Amino acid sequence: MSPLLTVEFFYGVTGAVLALVAGRIALDAGHPKRWGSALFWGLLAVVFIFGKILPPVGTGYLLLTMVLLAAAGQVGRSNEATSTKPERVLRAGVLQNRIFWPVLLIPASAIVGSLCLGRIHFGTFELADPKQATLISVGIGMLLALAAGLTVTRARITVPVAEGSRLLQTVGWAVILPQLLAALGGIFAQAGVGPVVAGLVSRALPTQFPFVAVAAYCLGMALFTVIMGNAFAAFPVITLGIGLPLIVQQHHGNPAIMASIGMLSGYCGTLLTPMAANFNLVPALLLELPDKHAVIKAQVPMALVILATNVLLMYFCVYRF
Amino acid sequence: MIKLIGVLVVAAGFALRFNTLLVVLAAGIATGLVAGMPFNDIMALFGKYFVENRYMTLVVVLMVPVIGLLERYGLQERAETLIRRAKAATAGRVVLLYTAVRQISISLGINLGGHAAAVRPLIAPMAEGAARARHGELSEQTVQDIRAHAAAAENIGNFFGEDIFIAVGAILLMKGFFDALKIEVSLWAMARWGIPTALVAFGVMAWRTRELDRRIARAAKPPGPKEGGA
Repeated sequence: MSPLLTVEFFYGVTGAVLALVAGRIALDAGHPKRWGSALFWGLLAVVFIFGKILPPVGTGYLLLTMVLLAAAGQVGRSNEATSTKPERVLRAGVLQNRIFWPVLLIPASAIVGSLCLGRIHFGTFELADPKQATLISVGIGMLLALAAGLTVTRARITVPVAEGSRLLQTVGWAVILPQLLAALGGIFAQAGVGPVVAGLVSRALPTQFPFVAVAAYCLGMALFTVIMGNAFAAFPVITLGIGLPLIVQQHHGNPAIMASIGMLSGYCGTLLTPMAANFNLVPALLLELPDKHAVIKAQVPMALVILATNVLLMYFCVYRF
Repeated sequence: MIKLIGVLVVAAGFALRFNTLLVVLAAGIATGLVAGMPFNDIMALFGKYFVENRYMTLVVVLMVPVIGLLERYGLQERAETLIRRAKAATAGRVVLLYTAVRQISISLGINLGGHAAAVRPLIAPMAEGAARARHGELSEQTVQDIRAHAAAAENIGNFFGEDIFIAVGAILLMKGFFDALKIEVSLWAMARWGIPTALVAFGVMAWRTRELDRRIARAAKPPGPKEGGA
Protein backbone atom coordinates (compact mmCIF):
# COMPACT_ATOMS: atom_id res chain seq x y z
CA MET A 1 0.00 0.00 0.00
CA SER A 2 1.23 3.47 -0.76
CA PRO A 3 2.02 5.72 2.22
CA LEU A 4 -0.57 8.16 3.51
CA LEU A 5 1.71 11.19 3.37
CA THR A 6 3.80 11.75 0.27
CA VAL A 7 5.84 14.68 -0.96
CA GLU A 8 3.42 14.92 -3.89
CA PHE A 9 0.74 16.12 -1.42
CA PHE A 10 2.98 18.99 -0.30
CA TYR A 11 3.81 19.82 -3.93
CA GLY A 12 0.04 20.22 -4.29
CA VAL A 13 -0.07 22.57 -1.27
CA THR A 14 2.86 24.54 -2.73
CA GLY A 15 1.00 24.75 -6.03
CA ALA A 16 -2.09 26.03 -4.21
CA VAL A 17 -0.01 28.79 -2.53
CA LEU A 18 1.41 29.74 -5.94
CA ALA A 19 -2.09 29.78 -7.45
CA LEU A 20 -3.24 32.15 -4.68
CA VAL A 21 -0.29 34.44 -5.45
CA ALA A 22 -1.25 34.40 -9.15
CA GLY A 23 -4.90 35.08 -8.30
CA ARG A 24 -4.07 38.03 -6.03
CA ILE A 25 -1.92 39.58 -8.76
CA ALA A 26 -4.65 39.11 -11.38
CA LEU A 27 -7.13 40.95 -9.13
CA ASP A 28 -4.70 43.76 -8.32
CA ALA A 29 -5.43 46.52 -10.84
CA GLY A 30 -2.51 48.58 -9.51
CA HIS A 31 0.12 45.88 -10.15
CA PRO A 32 2.76 47.29 -12.51
CA LYS A 33 3.15 43.98 -14.42
CA ARG A 34 -0.26 42.53 -13.70
CA TRP A 35 -0.84 39.98 -16.49
CA GLY A 36 2.75 38.84 -17.07
CA SER A 37 3.27 38.22 -13.35
CA ALA A 38 -0.08 36.47 -12.90
CA LEU A 39 0.73 34.17 -15.83
CA PHE A 40 4.23 33.42 -14.50
CA TRP A 41 3.04 32.37 -11.02
CA GLY A 42 0.01 30.60 -12.50
CA LEU A 43 2.18 28.46 -14.80
CA LEU A 44 4.48 27.63 -11.89
CA ALA A 45 1.40 26.54 -9.90
CA VAL A 46 0.43 24.25 -12.80
CA VAL A 47 3.90 22.66 -12.84
CA PHE A 48 3.76 22.05 -9.08
CA ILE A 49 0.26 20.57 -9.02
CA PHE A 50 0.35 18.59 -12.26
CA GLY A 51 4.11 18.02 -12.62
CA LYS A 52 3.81 14.28 -12.30
CA ILE A 53 1.00 13.95 -14.86
CA LEU A 54 2.15 16.46 -17.48
CA PRO A 55 4.36 15.08 -20.27
CA PRO A 56 7.93 16.38 -19.72
CA VAL A 57 8.00 18.11 -23.10
CA GLY A 58 4.83 20.02 -22.12
CA THR A 59 6.44 21.12 -18.85
CA GLY A 60 9.50 22.13 -20.89
CA TYR A 61 7.44 24.50 -23.04
CA LEU A 62 5.63 25.93 -19.98
CA LEU A 63 9.09 26.58 -18.55
CA LEU A 64 10.19 28.22 -21.80
CA THR A 65 7.15 30.55 -21.57
CA MET A 66 7.99 31.46 -17.97
CA VAL A 67 11.62 32.20 -18.85
CA LEU A 68 10.59 34.38 -21.81
CA LEU A 69 8.12 36.31 -19.61
CA ALA A 70 10.87 36.97 -17.05
CA ALA A 71 13.43 37.90 -19.73
CA ALA A 72 10.97 40.32 -21.35
CA GLY A 73 10.63 42.12 -17.99
CA GLN A 74 6.97 41.15 -17.63
CA VAL A 75 7.35 39.66 -14.11
CA GLY A 76 7.44 42.32 -11.40
CA ARG A 77 6.61 43.13 -7.79
CA SER A 78 3.35 44.50 -6.53
CA ASN A 79 3.40 47.83 -4.72
CA GLU A 80 1.06 46.71 -1.95
CA ALA A 81 1.72 48.41 1.37
CA THR A 82 2.90 46.37 4.33
CA SER A 83 3.20 47.05 8.05
CA THR A 84 5.49 49.81 9.29
CA LYS A 85 8.28 49.41 11.83
CA PRO A 86 6.47 51.28 14.68
CA GLU A 87 3.38 49.08 14.12
CA ARG A 88 5.50 45.95 14.37
CA VAL A 89 7.35 47.12 17.50
CA LEU A 90 3.97 47.79 19.12
CA ARG A 91 2.60 44.36 18.23
CA ALA A 92 5.85 42.68 19.35
CA GLY A 93 5.32 44.31 22.75
CA VAL A 94 1.83 42.85 22.97
CA LEU A 95 2.63 39.29 21.94
CA GLN A 96 6.01 39.11 23.71
CA ASN A 97 7.61 35.67 23.41
CA ARG A 98 4.44 33.97 22.21
CA ILE A 99 5.44 35.06 18.71
CA PHE A 100 8.27 32.48 18.77
CA TRP A 101 6.11 29.39 19.32
CA PRO A 102 5.05 28.99 15.70
CA VAL A 103 8.64 29.40 14.39
CA LEU A 104 9.95 26.88 16.90
CA LEU A 105 7.40 24.33 15.71
CA ILE A 106 9.32 24.09 12.43
CA PRO A 107 12.61 22.74 13.90
CA ALA A 108 10.65 20.74 16.51
CA SER A 109 8.77 19.02 13.74
CA ALA A 110 12.06 18.42 11.89
CA ILE A 111 13.48 16.66 14.96
CA VAL A 112 10.39 14.54 15.59
CA GLY A 113 9.94 13.86 11.89
CA SER A 114 13.49 12.72 11.22
CA LEU A 115 13.45 10.49 14.30
CA CYS A 116 10.12 8.73 13.84
CA LEU A 117 8.19 9.67 10.72
CA GLY A 118 9.64 6.86 8.61
CA ARG A 119 9.01 4.26 11.32
CA ILE A 120 5.30 4.65 11.97
CA HIS A 121 3.27 1.99 10.21
CA PHE A 122 0.10 0.01 10.78
CA GLY A 123 0.82 -3.44 9.40
CA THR A 124 1.99 -2.82 5.83
CA PHE A 125 0.38 0.60 5.79
CA GLU A 126 3.00 3.32 6.19
CA LEU A 127 2.28 6.82 7.43
CA ALA A 128 5.03 8.36 5.30
CA ASP A 129 7.67 7.22 2.85
CA PRO A 130 10.89 7.00 4.95
CA LYS A 131 12.98 8.29 2.03
CA GLN A 132 10.97 11.50 1.97
CA ALA A 133 10.80 11.96 5.76
CA THR A 134 12.81 15.21 5.81
CA LEU A 135 10.69 17.02 3.22
CA ILE A 136 7.46 15.72 4.69
CA SER A 137 8.39 16.86 8.19
CA VAL A 138 9.19 20.33 6.81
CA GLY A 139 5.75 20.35 5.18
CA ILE A 140 4.00 19.25 8.37
CA GLY A 141 6.02 21.74 10.41
CA MET A 142 4.93 24.53 8.11
CA LEU A 143 1.22 23.63 8.38
CA LEU A 144 1.49 23.40 12.19
CA ALA A 145 3.36 26.70 12.31
CA LEU A 146 0.71 28.36 10.17
CA ALA A 147 -2.08 27.08 12.43
CA ALA A 148 -0.18 28.18 15.55
CA GLY A 149 0.64 31.54 13.95
CA LEU A 150 -3.00 32.24 13.16
CA THR A 151 -3.98 31.28 16.72
CA VAL A 152 -1.32 33.38 18.42
CA THR A 153 -1.82 36.49 16.29
CA ARG A 154 -5.59 36.03 15.81
CA ALA A 155 -5.03 37.23 12.26
CA ARG A 156 -7.37 36.35 9.42
CA ILE A 157 -6.25 33.73 6.89
CA THR A 158 -5.92 36.47 4.27
CA VAL A 159 -2.93 37.96 6.16
CA PRO A 160 -0.47 35.07 5.57
CA VAL A 161 -1.66 34.89 1.95
CA ALA A 162 -1.03 38.61 1.42
CA GLU A 163 2.32 38.67 3.26
CA GLY A 164 3.48 35.43 1.64
CA SER A 165 2.58 36.77 -1.76
CA ARG A 166 4.50 39.99 -1.10
CA LEU A 167 7.60 38.13 0.16
CA LEU A 168 7.55 35.70 -2.75
CA GLN A 169 7.41 38.62 -5.16
CA THR A 170 10.51 40.14 -3.55
CA VAL A 171 12.33 36.93 -4.55
CA GLY A 172 10.55 37.13 -7.91
CA TRP A 173 11.36 35.00 -10.95
CA ALA A 174 14.66 33.92 -9.32
CA VAL A 175 12.61 31.49 -7.25
CA ILE A 176 12.73 28.99 -10.15
CA LEU A 177 16.45 29.49 -10.77
CA PRO A 178 17.56 26.58 -8.53
CA GLN A 179 15.31 24.13 -10.38
CA LEU A 180 16.33 25.47 -13.78
CA LEU A 181 20.02 25.19 -12.87
CA ALA A 182 19.48 21.64 -11.64
CA ALA A 183 17.96 20.89 -15.05
CA LEU A 184 20.98 22.45 -16.76
CA GLY A 185 23.22 20.21 -14.64
CA GLY A 186 21.20 17.21 -15.82
CA ILE A 187 21.64 18.24 -19.46
CA PHE A 188 25.40 18.78 -18.96
CA ALA A 189 25.60 15.24 -17.53
CA GLN A 190 23.57 13.77 -20.44
CA ALA A 191 25.75 15.53 -22.99
CA GLY A 192 28.95 14.21 -21.39
CA VAL A 193 30.49 17.49 -20.20
CA GLY A 194 32.12 15.80 -17.18
CA PRO A 195 34.67 13.52 -18.85
CA VAL A 196 35.85 16.47 -20.97
CA VAL A 197 36.61 18.51 -17.82
CA ALA A 198 38.25 15.54 -16.04
CA GLY A 199 40.39 14.89 -19.13
CA LEU A 200 41.46 18.54 -19.36
CA VAL A 201 42.49 18.68 -15.68
CA SER A 202 44.44 15.41 -15.66
CA ARG A 203 46.18 16.18 -18.97
CA ALA A 204 47.19 19.70 -17.97
CA LEU A 205 48.98 18.64 -14.76
CA PRO A 206 52.00 16.43 -13.93
CA THR A 207 49.93 13.91 -11.94
CA GLN A 208 52.82 11.45 -11.49
CA PHE A 209 53.58 13.36 -8.26
CA PRO A 210 51.32 12.23 -5.38
CA PHE A 211 50.75 15.81 -4.21
CA VAL A 212 49.74 16.97 -7.68
CA ALA A 213 47.27 14.06 -7.93
CA VAL A 214 45.64 15.15 -4.66
CA ALA A 215 45.57 18.81 -5.66
CA ALA A 216 44.14 17.96 -9.10
CA TYR A 217 41.37 15.87 -7.51
CA CYS A 218 40.36 18.44 -4.87
CA LEU A 219 40.55 21.39 -7.25
CA GLY A 220 38.82 19.34 -9.95
CA MET A 221 35.95 18.63 -7.54
CA ALA A 222 35.69 22.32 -6.61
CA LEU A 223 35.98 23.54 -10.22
CA PHE A 224 33.46 21.09 -11.62
CA THR A 225 31.06 21.89 -8.78
CA VAL A 226 31.38 25.58 -9.65
CA ILE A 227 30.34 24.67 -13.22
CA MET A 228 27.52 22.27 -12.27
CA GLY A 229 26.38 24.02 -9.09
CA ASN A 230 26.23 20.64 -7.34
CA ALA A 231 28.98 18.54 -5.75
CA PHE A 232 26.91 15.37 -6.11
CA ALA A 233 27.06 15.76 -9.89
CA ALA A 234 30.81 16.37 -9.77
CA PHE A 235 31.69 13.40 -7.54
CA PRO A 236 31.23 10.45 -9.92
CA VAL A 237 32.79 12.30 -12.85
CA ILE A 238 35.91 13.64 -11.11
CA THR A 239 36.40 10.51 -8.99
CA LEU A 240 36.28 8.26 -12.07
CA GLY A 241 38.37 10.64 -14.15
CA ILE A 242 41.02 11.74 -11.63
CA GLY A 243 40.59 10.26 -8.14
CA LEU A 244 40.48 6.51 -8.75
CA PRO A 245 43.08 6.21 -11.55
CA LEU A 246 45.62 8.57 -9.97
CA ILE A 247 45.21 8.61 -6.18
CA VAL A 248 43.96 5.05 -5.57
CA GLN A 249 45.40 2.98 -8.42
CA GLN A 250 48.64 4.79 -9.26
CA HIS A 251 49.62 6.03 -5.79
CA HIS A 252 47.73 3.49 -3.57
CA GLY A 253 45.76 6.06 -1.56
CA ASN A 254 42.87 5.23 0.79
CA PRO A 255 39.55 5.57 -1.13
CA ALA A 256 37.44 6.42 1.96
CA ILE A 257 39.65 9.39 2.89
CA MET A 258 39.84 10.48 -0.73
CA ALA A 259 36.06 10.35 -1.22
CA SER A 260 35.19 12.05 2.05
CA ILE A 261 37.58 14.99 1.75
CA GLY A 262 36.97 15.13 -2.01
CA MET A 263 33.24 15.64 -1.54
CA LEU A 264 33.92 18.37 1.03
CA SER A 265 36.22 20.06 -1.51
CA GLY A 266 33.27 19.99 -3.89
CA TYR A 267 31.22 21.84 -1.25
CA CYS A 268 33.86 24.61 -1.28
CA GLY A 269 32.96 24.99 -4.95
CA THR A 270 29.27 25.20 -3.99
CA LEU A 271 30.08 28.17 -1.74
CA LEU A 272 31.65 30.01 -4.70
CA THR A 273 29.15 29.60 -7.49
CA PRO A 274 25.99 31.42 -8.59
CA MET A 275 25.03 28.08 -10.18
CA ALA A 276 24.09 26.90 -6.66
CA ALA A 277 21.28 29.44 -6.63
CA ASN A 278 19.27 27.89 -3.81
CA PHE A 279 22.22 28.27 -1.41
CA ASN A 280 23.70 31.53 -2.68
CA LEU A 281 21.32 33.70 -4.74
CA VAL A 282 17.85 33.01 -3.35
CA PRO A 283 19.04 33.73 0.24
CA ALA A 284 20.47 37.08 -0.90
CA LEU A 285 17.04 37.96 -2.31
CA LEU A 286 15.24 36.62 0.78
CA LEU A 287 17.41 38.84 2.97
CA GLU A 288 16.71 41.77 0.63
CA LEU A 289 20.37 42.37 -0.18
CA PRO A 290 20.78 44.73 -3.15
CA ASP A 291 23.87 42.82 -4.34
CA LYS A 292 22.64 39.33 -5.16
CA HIS A 293 26.21 38.03 -5.04
CA ALA A 294 26.77 39.35 -1.48
CA VAL A 295 26.49 35.87 0.08
CA ILE A 296 29.05 34.43 -2.35
CA LYS A 297 31.40 37.35 -1.62
CA ALA A 298 31.17 36.66 2.13
CA GLN A 299 31.91 32.99 1.46
CA VAL A 300 34.93 33.42 -0.85
CA PRO A 301 37.60 33.65 1.89
CA MET A 302 36.02 30.78 3.81
CA ALA A 303 35.79 28.52 0.76
CA LEU A 304 39.39 29.16 -0.32
CA VAL A 305 40.85 28.50 3.14
CA ILE A 306 38.81 25.32 3.64
CA LEU A 307 39.75 24.10 0.15
CA ALA A 308 43.46 24.71 0.73
CA THR A 309 43.27 22.91 4.09
CA ASN A 310 41.48 20.00 2.42
CA VAL A 311 44.29 19.60 -0.12
CA LEU A 312 46.90 19.47 2.66
CA LEU A 313 44.75 17.24 4.86
CA MET A 314 44.20 14.75 2.06
CA TYR A 315 47.87 14.80 1.06
CA PHE A 316 49.05 14.04 4.60
CA CYS A 317 46.38 11.39 5.30
CA VAL A 318 45.33 9.61 2.12
CA TYR A 319 48.67 7.87 1.50
CA ARG A 320 49.25 7.10 5.19
CA PHE A 321 46.15 5.43 6.63
CA MET B 1 35.80 20.46 -26.20
CA ILE B 2 32.76 21.75 -28.14
CA LYS B 3 30.59 20.21 -25.38
CA LEU B 4 31.81 22.95 -23.04
CA ILE B 5 29.84 25.53 -25.06
CA GLY B 6 27.18 25.59 -22.31
CA VAL B 7 29.78 26.58 -19.72
CA LEU B 8 30.92 29.36 -22.04
CA VAL B 9 27.33 30.59 -22.54
CA VAL B 10 26.79 30.70 -18.76
CA ALA B 11 30.07 32.53 -18.11
CA ALA B 12 29.48 35.08 -20.89
CA GLY B 13 25.80 35.52 -20.03
CA PHE B 14 26.47 36.09 -16.33
CA ALA B 15 29.34 38.48 -17.13
CA LEU B 16 27.18 40.51 -19.54
CA ARG B 17 24.33 40.53 -17.00
CA PHE B 18 21.66 39.10 -19.26
CA ASN B 19 18.56 37.72 -17.53
CA THR B 20 19.85 34.73 -15.56
CA LEU B 21 16.94 32.43 -16.42
CA LEU B 22 17.44 33.14 -20.13
CA VAL B 23 21.19 32.47 -19.88
CA VAL B 24 20.63 29.11 -18.19
CA LEU B 25 17.99 28.05 -20.68
CA ALA B 26 20.19 29.11 -23.61
CA ALA B 27 23.15 27.20 -22.16
CA GLY B 28 21.06 24.04 -21.91
CA ILE B 29 19.72 24.41 -25.44
CA ALA B 30 23.21 25.07 -26.86
CA THR B 31 24.70 22.07 -25.04
CA GLY B 32 21.87 19.80 -26.14
CA LEU B 33 22.03 20.90 -29.79
CA VAL B 34 25.81 20.40 -29.88
CA ALA B 35 25.33 16.90 -28.45
CA GLY B 36 22.88 16.19 -31.32
CA MET B 37 19.60 16.26 -29.39
CA PRO B 38 16.42 17.47 -31.19
CA PHE B 39 14.88 20.66 -29.72
CA ASN B 40 11.83 18.85 -28.34
CA ASP B 41 14.05 16.37 -26.50
CA ILE B 42 15.92 19.24 -24.87
CA MET B 43 12.61 20.77 -23.74
CA ALA B 44 11.57 17.35 -22.41
CA LEU B 45 14.81 17.07 -20.42
CA PHE B 46 14.29 20.55 -18.97
CA GLY B 47 10.72 19.56 -18.06
CA LYS B 48 11.76 16.25 -16.51
CA TYR B 49 14.55 17.64 -14.34
CA PHE B 50 12.52 20.74 -13.39
CA VAL B 51 9.74 18.52 -12.03
CA GLU B 52 12.20 16.18 -10.28
CA ASN B 53 13.76 19.14 -8.47
CA ARG B 54 10.55 20.78 -7.25
CA TYR B 55 11.71 20.08 -3.68
CA MET B 56 14.23 22.96 -4.02
CA THR B 57 11.42 25.52 -4.29
CA LEU B 58 8.93 23.80 -1.99
CA VAL B 59 10.54 24.98 1.24
CA VAL B 60 10.72 28.66 0.25
CA VAL B 61 7.14 28.80 -1.04
CA LEU B 62 5.72 26.98 1.98
CA MET B 63 7.66 29.09 4.48
CA VAL B 64 6.88 32.60 3.22
CA PRO B 65 3.20 32.77 4.32
CA VAL B 66 4.08 31.77 7.92
CA ILE B 67 7.17 33.93 8.09
CA GLY B 68 5.34 36.87 6.48
CA LEU B 69 2.49 36.58 8.97
CA LEU B 70 4.78 36.41 12.01
CA GLU B 71 6.99 39.22 10.73
CA ARG B 72 3.94 41.44 10.41
CA TYR B 73 3.28 40.80 14.10
CA GLY B 74 6.80 41.77 15.10
CA LEU B 75 8.84 38.54 15.02
CA GLN B 76 12.07 40.24 13.92
CA GLU B 77 11.60 43.11 16.37
CA ARG B 78 11.03 40.69 19.26
CA ALA B 79 14.14 38.66 18.31
CA GLU B 80 16.12 41.93 18.41
CA THR B 81 14.67 42.89 21.81
CA LEU B 82 15.61 39.54 23.34
CA ILE B 83 19.18 39.61 22.10
CA ARG B 84 19.70 43.11 23.50
CA ARG B 85 19.38 41.63 26.99
CA ALA B 86 22.30 39.25 26.40
CA LYS B 87 25.26 41.41 27.26
CA ALA B 88 27.89 39.11 25.75
CA ALA B 89 26.14 38.94 22.37
CA THR B 90 27.77 40.37 19.27
CA ALA B 91 26.69 39.92 15.66
CA GLY B 92 29.65 37.63 15.03
CA ARG B 93 28.97 35.48 18.09
CA VAL B 94 25.29 35.03 17.18
CA VAL B 95 26.29 33.93 13.69
CA LEU B 96 29.03 31.63 15.00
CA LEU B 97 26.70 30.03 17.55
CA TYR B 98 24.20 29.33 14.77
CA THR B 99 26.95 27.68 12.72
CA ALA B 100 27.74 25.38 15.66
CA VAL B 101 24.09 24.48 16.29
CA ARG B 102 23.58 23.79 12.59
CA GLN B 103 26.74 21.65 12.28
CA ILE B 104 26.06 19.59 15.38
CA SER B 105 22.38 18.98 14.72
CA ILE B 106 22.86 17.96 11.11
CA SER B 107 25.74 15.67 12.04
CA LEU B 108 23.16 13.86 14.20
CA GLY B 109 20.83 13.64 11.21
CA ILE B 110 18.49 16.48 12.20
CA ASN B 111 17.97 19.12 9.55
CA LEU B 112 17.13 22.30 11.51
CA GLY B 113 17.11 25.79 10.17
CA GLY B 114 17.29 27.03 6.62
CA HIS B 115 17.48 30.40 4.95
CA ALA B 116 13.71 30.93 4.95
CA ALA B 117 12.83 29.24 8.25
CA ALA B 118 15.66 30.48 10.48
CA VAL B 119 18.08 32.97 8.91
CA ARG B 120 15.62 35.59 7.71
CA PRO B 121 13.16 35.55 10.65
CA LEU B 122 15.57 34.90 13.55
CA ILE B 123 19.32 34.73 13.01
CA ALA B 124 19.79 37.86 10.87
CA PRO B 125 17.58 40.07 13.11
CA MET B 126 19.31 38.74 16.26
CA ALA B 127 22.76 39.42 14.81
CA GLU B 128 21.67 42.91 13.75
CA GLY B 129 20.07 43.48 17.16
CA ALA B 130 23.25 42.47 18.97
CA ALA B 131 25.25 44.92 16.85
CA ARG B 132 22.72 47.73 17.44
CA ALA B 133 22.73 47.13 21.20
CA ARG B 134 26.50 47.74 21.20
CA HIS B 135 26.98 50.37 18.55
CA GLY B 136 23.66 52.14 18.01
CA GLU B 137 22.21 52.63 14.54
CA LEU B 138 24.06 50.73 11.81
CA SER B 139 24.91 51.82 8.29
CA GLU B 140 23.14 50.08 5.42
CA GLN B 141 26.47 48.56 4.39
CA THR B 142 27.02 47.05 7.85
CA VAL B 143 23.51 45.57 7.89
CA GLN B 144 24.17 43.91 4.52
CA ASP B 145 27.52 42.60 5.73
CA ILE B 146 25.85 41.00 8.79
CA ARG B 147 23.06 39.45 6.72
CA ALA B 148 25.45 37.99 4.15
CA HIS B 149 27.43 36.33 6.95
CA ALA B 150 24.25 34.96 8.56
CA ALA B 151 23.38 33.34 5.22
CA ALA B 152 26.95 32.02 4.91
CA ALA B 153 26.69 30.47 8.40
CA GLU B 154 23.66 28.50 7.26
CA ASN B 155 25.59 27.13 4.26
CA ILE B 156 28.82 26.37 6.14
CA GLY B 157 26.98 24.70 9.02
CA ASN B 158 24.84 22.66 6.66
CA PHE B 159 27.58 21.53 4.25
CA PHE B 160 30.33 20.79 6.75
CA GLY B 161 28.23 18.90 9.28
CA GLU B 162 26.18 16.73 6.97
CA ASP B 163 28.92 14.33 5.89
CA ILE B 164 29.51 13.13 9.44
CA PHE B 165 26.08 11.48 9.52
CA ILE B 166 26.11 8.15 7.67
CA ALA B 167 22.50 7.94 6.58
CA VAL B 168 22.39 11.01 4.36
CA GLY B 169 22.81 11.86 0.71
CA ALA B 170 26.54 12.43 0.33
CA ILE B 171 27.79 9.36 2.20
CA LEU B 172 25.20 7.08 0.61
CA LEU B 173 26.03 8.46 -2.83
CA MET B 174 29.72 7.74 -2.33
CA LYS B 175 28.98 4.25 -0.97
CA GLY B 176 26.76 3.49 -3.97
CA PHE B 177 29.44 4.74 -6.34
CA PHE B 178 32.12 2.47 -4.83
CA ASP B 179 29.74 -0.52 -4.58
CA ALA B 180 29.01 -0.25 -8.29
CA LEU B 181 32.76 -0.50 -8.96
CA LYS B 182 33.15 -3.36 -6.43
CA ILE B 183 35.54 -1.34 -4.24
CA GLU B 184 35.16 -2.06 -0.52
CA VAL B 185 34.77 1.22 1.43
CA SER B 186 33.19 1.53 4.87
CA LEU B 187 30.45 4.07 5.59
CA TRP B 188 31.97 4.74 9.00
CA ALA B 189 35.41 5.51 7.59
CA MET B 190 33.96 8.04 5.15
CA ALA B 191 31.85 9.66 7.89
CA ARG B 192 34.82 9.80 10.30
CA TRP B 193 37.06 11.46 7.73
CA GLY B 194 34.51 14.24 7.40
CA ILE B 195 35.27 15.40 10.94
CA PRO B 196 38.64 17.18 10.39
CA THR B 197 37.20 19.39 7.65
CA ALA B 198 34.12 20.08 9.80
CA LEU B 199 36.41 21.40 12.55
CA VAL B 200 38.41 23.46 10.06
CA ALA B 201 35.18 24.94 8.67
CA PHE B 202 34.08 25.95 12.16
CA GLY B 203 37.48 27.52 12.81
CA VAL B 204 37.25 29.48 9.56
CA MET B 205 33.79 30.69 10.56
CA ALA B 206 35.17 31.77 13.97
CA TRP B 207 37.85 33.79 12.17
CA ARG B 208 35.40 35.42 9.71
CA THR B 209 32.87 36.30 12.43
CA ARG B 210 35.61 37.92 14.52
CA GLU B 211 36.60 39.96 11.49
CA LEU B 212 32.93 40.84 11.05
CA ASP B 213 32.71 42.13 14.63
CA ARG B 214 35.88 44.18 14.11
CA ARG B 215 34.50 45.71 10.92
CA ILE B 216 31.24 46.60 12.70
CA ALA B 217 33.11 48.23 15.58
CA ARG B 218 35.35 50.18 13.20
CA ALA B 219 32.41 51.41 11.11
CA ALA B 220 30.51 52.49 14.22
CA LYS B 221 33.37 54.35 15.86
CA PRO B 222 33.18 58.07 15.05
CA PRO B 223 36.50 59.36 13.75
CA GLY B 224 37.90 60.72 17.02
CA PRO B 225 40.35 63.58 17.42
CA LYS B 226 43.82 62.69 16.27
CA GLU B 227 46.04 62.05 19.24
CA GLY B 228 49.61 63.24 19.31
CA GLY B 229 52.60 61.56 17.79
CA ALA B 230 54.08 61.35 14.33
